[in-house]
Amino acid sequence: MPSQSNAPAGWRPRHGAYWLIILPALAMLVFLYLVPLADVLVTSITDPKPGLDNYLLLFTSTSVQKTLLTTLRIAALTTFVALLLGYVVAYAMRAANSSQQRLMLFCVLLPFWISVLVRSFAWIALLSSRGPVNAGLMAWGLIDEPLPLVRNETGVLIGMVHVMLPYAVLTLYANMRGIDVRLVAAARSLGASRFQAFRMVFLPLTRPGLIGAGTLVFILSLGFYVTPALLGGGKVLMIAEYVAVQINDTLRWGLGTMLATTLMLSVLAALWALSRVLDVKRLFGA
Amino acid sequence: MNRHHATGIVTAFAWMVLGFLALPAFAVVPISFTDTRYLAMPDEHWSLQHWRAFLSSREWHDSIWQSLWIACVSTLGAVVAGTLCAIGCWRVSSRWSERVRTAMILPMAVPTIVYALGIYRLYVDLDLVGSAIGIVFAHTVTGLPYVVLTVSASLANIDPRLEQAARGLGASVGQTLRWVIVPNVVPGILSGAIFAFIHSWDELIVVIFIGGRAFFTLPRRMWDGINDNLDPVIAVVATAMILFTLLVLSAELALRARRPRS
Repeated sequence: MPSQSNAPAGWRPRHGAYWLIILPALAMLVFLYLVPLADVLVTSITDPKPGLDNYLLLFTSTSVQKTLLTTLRIAALTTFVALLLGYVVAYAMRAANSSQQRLMLFCVLLPFWISVLVRSFAWIALLSSRGPVNAGLMAWGLIDEPLPLVRNETGVLIGMVHVMLPYAVLTLYANMRGIDVRLVAAARSLGASRFQAFRMVFLPLTRPGLIGAGTLVFILSLGFYVTPALLGGGKVLMIAEYVAVQINDTLRWGLGTMLATTLMLSVLAALWALSRVLDVKRLFGA
Repeated sequence: MNRHHATGIVTAFAWMVLGFLALPAFAVVPISFTDTRYLAMPDEHWSLQHWRAFLSSREWHDSIWQSLWIACVSTLGAVVAGTLCAIGCWRVSSRWSERVRTAMILPMAVPTIVYALGIYRLYVDLDLVGSAIGIVFAHTVTGLPYVVLTVSASLANIDPRLEQAARGLGASVGQTLRWVIVPNVVPGILSGAIFAFIHSWDELIVVIFIGGRAFFTLPRRMWDGINDNLDPVIAVVATAMILFTLLVLSAELALRARRPRS
């Protein structure tokens, strides 16, 4: 076909109509999504005056650094706990029979579908000083005073793990399903103890799942707003809430957009790096 | 038999974690019937006082309607544009269309707070803060990825020669879409619609920024309620939202059961 030589790939005349039906969604994405994101980026290097002054705050401002550290610490802890718990669940799911598997999958998917706002609220109610968790612990005589479980980092961590665990379980489970467990059986028959077979055969095979789940949970945790804001009670500022405070309360657009840009670029860079190892689109359900 | 063995301790621990996942949200159900004036389990007896307060509240009613129609309209927009886009990308199937499809997933990957700042700035310039059309467009564009993904997944099971046959027999692009392609991806479209609907129905952060004084959707009113005072009425709203989500979810599961497994 001669027309292909001077037209970009995909622009074969036969496909004209199909590009046309792509257009409405693409136009919306460009003008109502990409343009606003670009505006955030531009604002971060022009407000209040052109230059990289806002980005210097990453290195000089103690409150910015404190927020970044809090964010990284909570995201890392959340990732660690979610991977640990998620691994056990995915492992048990892999071993369960199919009816048990269905029930387990239902338990994993159920919280996925209940709004994060509702779930955070439920945790506030459960963990507050007069809530059922503290009431129960006191009734059993395990504690005398209500434990401070909410409006602090403990509360944020519990809420974040609850939100992130399904992502970890689903990614790990997808990986484990592809593993041929006869390899483990082979190791056992060759004299490996149950733990050795797990440690030296099964665990290494789940490495891609661990990397995928870990990166996904970490990335999603970085940008979280609702759960840390509600369960932290304003005392545990993570980056997303810090950005909102800069815009709503102190009107520091330069600082707010700089942190937003930093957050966005970190997330996209991590996703890009992950896409070198895994099919990222599958993580998002494709 | 390609199964392995998990010891009893591992399975028991897994079920504990699953309980931790599935159960906590339901704590709001008994709390919504509390007889106290603060957030707690019912003390002496179960009471309907907070349900009555909710049902007679003008504000909560307005919020429900706002949330409902915004979710319906933006779902419609996301479904139409997203389905067309997925079909176009599937049929063109070049390096560029593949890039378009990847770009469509961006709203799922970029943290919402970043987008909220951007769209707020754009809407300040366009004088769309606190406007219905502004919120609908923002929810439509962020709902697109769900539809593009689910419809693309449906399309992956269709033989592309079906489209070629229709065109070869003289059908226009419009006729091919209407009579050949769309009927084959209905389950994908419906799943996408449900995801897009729940997305808009639950969306909080963008609405906080661009809702202005006029738009207090259900999540936004809940958010304000939780931040201002922990009124047990919020537990009632949360219970109602869980019921509603379970309803929508069972519709999705029913659809999935009808869809042939590939």
